[in-house]
Amino acid sequence: MAKTKITRNGAVEKKLIGLADLVITAAQRAKDPTMAIPIRALSNVTFNERKGLLEMGDKKQARSFFNVGMAKKFMQTILVADALSELQRAELTTSLREIYYRTKHTIQDSHENTFDTQDESDPIIEDLEVSLTALREELHVRAENGGSIVGPLVLGDDGDRVDCAKLGKGGYSVPSIVEPEYVEIRRCTADFVLLVEKGTQWNRLSEDKFWRRYNCVLLTGNGQPPRGVRRLARRLHEEYKLPVYVLVDNDPWGYYIYSVVKQGSINLAFESQRMAIPKAKFIGLSSADPERYELPRNVGIKLNEKDIARAKELLNYQWFQKPAWQAEIKRMLASGLKYELDALANKDFQYLTKKYLPRKLKEKDWLD
Amino acid sequence: MATHKPPASTSKKTDPRSASAVTAVEMGARQREISISEFFTKNRHLLGFDNPRKALLTCVKEAVDNALDACEEAGILPDVTVQLEVVAIGSSAAPSASQATRFRVTVVDNGPGIVRQQIPRIFAKLLYGSKFHRLRMSRGQQGIGISAAGMYGQLTTGKPVKIISRTGPKAPAHYFEVQIDTKKNEPLIHENKQIEWDQPRGTQVAIEVEGRYQKGRASVDEYLDQTSIANPHVRLIYRTPEGETKEYPRAYHELPPSPKEIKPHPYGIEFGMLLRMLQDSKSQTLSDCLSSDFCRVTPVLAEEMCKAAKVSPKAKPRDVRGPIAETLYHTIQATKIMAPPTNCLSPIGEKAILSGLYKQIKGEFYTAVSRPPSVYRGNPFIIEAGLAFGQAPDRVTKPDKLTQPLAEGEQEEGGSELARVIRYANRVPLLYQQSACAAFKAVLATTWRNYGISQSRGALPAGPMVIFVHIASVWVPFTSESKEAIAEYDEIHKEITLALRECGRRLGLFLRRRERAASEFRRRNIFELYIEEVVEACNRLKGGKLPTAKLKAQLQKIASSRTGGIKTDETLGKTGAGPEGLPHSIIVTAEGIDGDVPPTTDLTDSLAPPSDVPEEIGIREKPDSSKSGRKPVGKTRLMKKENSQAAPPPSPQKKTSSSRPQAGSAKRGRKVRPTGKKQ
Repeated sequence: MAKTKITRNGAVEKKLIGLADLVITAAQRAKDPTMAIPIRALSNVTFNERKGLLEMGDKKQARSFFNVGMAKKFMQTILVADALSELQRAELTTSLREIYYRTKHTIQDSHENTFDTQDESDPIIEDLEVSLTALREELHVRAENGGSIVGPLVLGDDGDRVDCAKLGKGGYSVPSIVEPEYVEIRRCTADFVLLVEKGTQWNRLSEDKFWRRYNCVLLTGNGQPPRGVRRLARRLHEEYKLPVYVLVDNDPWGYYIYSVVKQGSINLAFESQRMAIPKAKFIGLSSADPERYELPRNVGIKLNEKDIARAKELLNYQWFQKPAWQAEIKRMLASGLKYELDALANKDFQYLTKKYLPRKLKEKDWLD
Repeated sequence: MATHKPPASTSKKTDPRSASAVTAVEMGARQREISISEFFTKNRHLLGFDNPRKALLTCVKEAVDNALDACEEAGILPDVTVQLEVVAIGSSAAPSASQATRFRVTVVDNGPGIVRQQIPRIFAKLLYGSKFHRLRMSRGQQGIGISAAGMYGQLTTGKPVKIISRTGPKAPAHYFEVQIDTKKNEPLIHENKQIEWDQPRGTQVAIEVEGRYQKGRASVDEYLDQTSIANPHVRLIYRTPEGETKEYPRAYHELPPSPKEIKPHPYGIEFGMLLRMLQDSKSQTLSDCLSSDFCRVTPVLAEEMCKAAKVSPKAKPRDVRGPIAETLYHTIQATKIMAPPTNCLSPIGEKAILSGLYKQIKGEFYTAVSRPPSVYRGNPFIIEAGLAFGQAPDRVTKPDKLTQPLAEGEQEEGGSELARVIRYANRVPLLYQQSACAAFKAVLATTWRNYGISQSRGALPAGPMVIFVHIASVWVPFTSESKEAIAEYDEIHKEITLALRECGRRLGLFLRRRERAASEFRRRNIFELYIEEVVEACNRLKGGKLPTAKLKAQLQKIASSRTGGIKTDETLGKTGAGPEGLPHSIIVTAEGIDGDVPPTTDLTDSLAPPSDVPEEIGIREKPDSSKSGRKPVGKTRLMKKENSQAAPPPSPQKKTSSSRPQAGSAKRGRKVRPTGKKQ
């Protein structure tokens, strides 16, 4: 566990202790201790068209102790709460995996483990985030440093000045917690933010100093961007009014990454308030691009059954109902092919930097 | 046996291509009859002597089958001793059992003995015996077995078969050494004298053969093991070549009812057979012949059939041949005739199967089903199935104590073993060609998943389980002379499947009940376990200032009220089907579903293993206390606390309903179905 400067926040700790009180009060009244946990699923998510983001509904699920199906989860929830409050008291941050190890032990007089895999403890932490309305960073849990940033901006991290224009082609590794208390944006002179799905394409752009020529911030999340990357993009968008463009593969997963950046994810709908960037634009790869940029058919990949099923799901999401989007997705389904960003290298190694993006930006060829 | 017939016109001396071509005359000179013994000398694999290991088993098997058949036919509870000894070759010292290549197989029974004149022919003439010409259920069928074993011994070791037989305490014991004249298929007597013998009655056969002794699948040990399961009325002593003595005690003290001999059923004969019967008939008229030489043909029916076939009922049977006979044959096959009588069959019976399984296999659940008789090709048969499920409690507890905390990705050892199928035909275990056997195929074709047993596609069900299948018939349709697999007639397949399903249903019920008890137990258990965790965590959350004992007590109170409190405690009682109560989890019962479990007295008398005794005492008390008015015959074998678990509503009703047909109808078997429907 890394020691970081953290301002102690008694509120979260109180909420955690509240769980213990819940058990104690229920026990005194001879009631079954029960907590209500908001449901994190599509059924409890609504798309707020006015705000342009996903919002979590108020459907809740009861988690009771004296119910055979839930007893273990209840016990696990209390254990995780205990571990989290320990973090609060010790003023430490930690990872999801360390929480798993911290709370794992074999229950006395049995050979049952409190947790068998991390898959059991991770959702419980998310449950607590939602039900206590505490952000993950407020719970002192950080995710992996999942992204990189490079561009004309200066950050302050732990008192260090980080000039993202002077970090070579590797850039700055975006921490999972980028709230102003942890990371401050001291200066930013960029004109826009380009969020790239893949690290390889980000490397290409960084190596070619694309950001210098077009005066932009290059961000990547290596796949589905982690919270830190999303939050940082949102802050740049909000605090410096920078437009955000998203560059992803042309497949249903790429579309969904864009939609997560734009409206928020179903699982973390409660976070979209501070993560979503409703004005983010989809710059590519569009299903219209192969024709427009004369990509040969042989660099496409046949859509598999999963791709097709996922694309059809997307078609039904409320936030993909705009005619342009319906056309985009249907065009991909009709062609039966998906294209990776990497496929642009078929024309030239620097095609992305020198031809594709310049033309896109010039023609303002993007989807909203 | 067929002789080679050369194509008539092929050989001509003038043919330049083959200098060695022979004339038909020369060939004719070479053509001669082949003796049956010569034929089998060359084709010994047809009789089960393919390799030394199997040959040893076949010798034991033939001798034991004969001994049991003889005892049962004479109404004697069989006492059989099997001894295997290593024989040294030449002057060298005897090798160890696993290295030895020559053995002496000695089988002694307490049967009726054999009269002196018959001894040589029984043991040294192929196709000589009492069983071939009659339709009566017995282990042996053709009269090949024991003489073939003798012939094999003679062939591989040159030693004669040695027989001692005595027909009663007052009769002298005769000692014979015989060999077979393979050309003439006649016995050669080497030695014949009266001797002193310590047995008052019985027969002893000793054959020296080349063989290999190896334990495991399809071994002599397995054969005797399985024989003892299906023949719990037999007391079997086995002296292994390693010098051990194993005793299989008698678990069932009643002889199986002696099967009656029947005449052939018209549906079961082929045209040629009909012709021969017509020729051989002693009757004067055709209708008389039909009604007296076949079963289920009344004189009226015989006349009707004659009329329908347009033959005079008064015709001499001998004169009916050619097309008339063929019409008659087809008419007979088309006539509706009652199924053959079934008193020619002697099923093992559910009680006996249960005691056999219980005696030999350690498990938690046993059940057995005898189907009503059915008919294939005019031959009556009965299918019986049984099932032993689970692991003996001692096997379960051991690993439990050693368990360490599990690391990620580790799992508790699951039972990945597959079920074992043991197959019998007329009480004889079938050890080879499992996958060709109708019984095995029926086990595969049964959807065990319906009964809570996992089964992958086209495979045996998984789990600690032994599946027992027995076919009893006057003529068991084997796929070959070595009697290893049952042929798959539709009727047989159907009956086996029905029997297996019934077993499966009962097992499913048992598993569900046990699962229910276990989950209730687990419920209690998890709350208790988790309360500890939750209270400790709350205490830490509250900064260690919590009165933990109080909170724990409060939560435990809620827990016990939620799980039914004391009532559940009682229901759970000693069941302990949950992980904590393993020592008490011996549920060795058919659970009130079928009431046909061995009478407890029989069990107590004969169950040798001392570890079982305490439970037996428990069993014996149960029927007395709970069902006062009735005899403890055929009552569910209730183990200790098992009663408490079976107590919930289903079982008492079942018992009463199933007891009625039991009291009224046949003593053994069959009345299981009334209860079966309920599930």
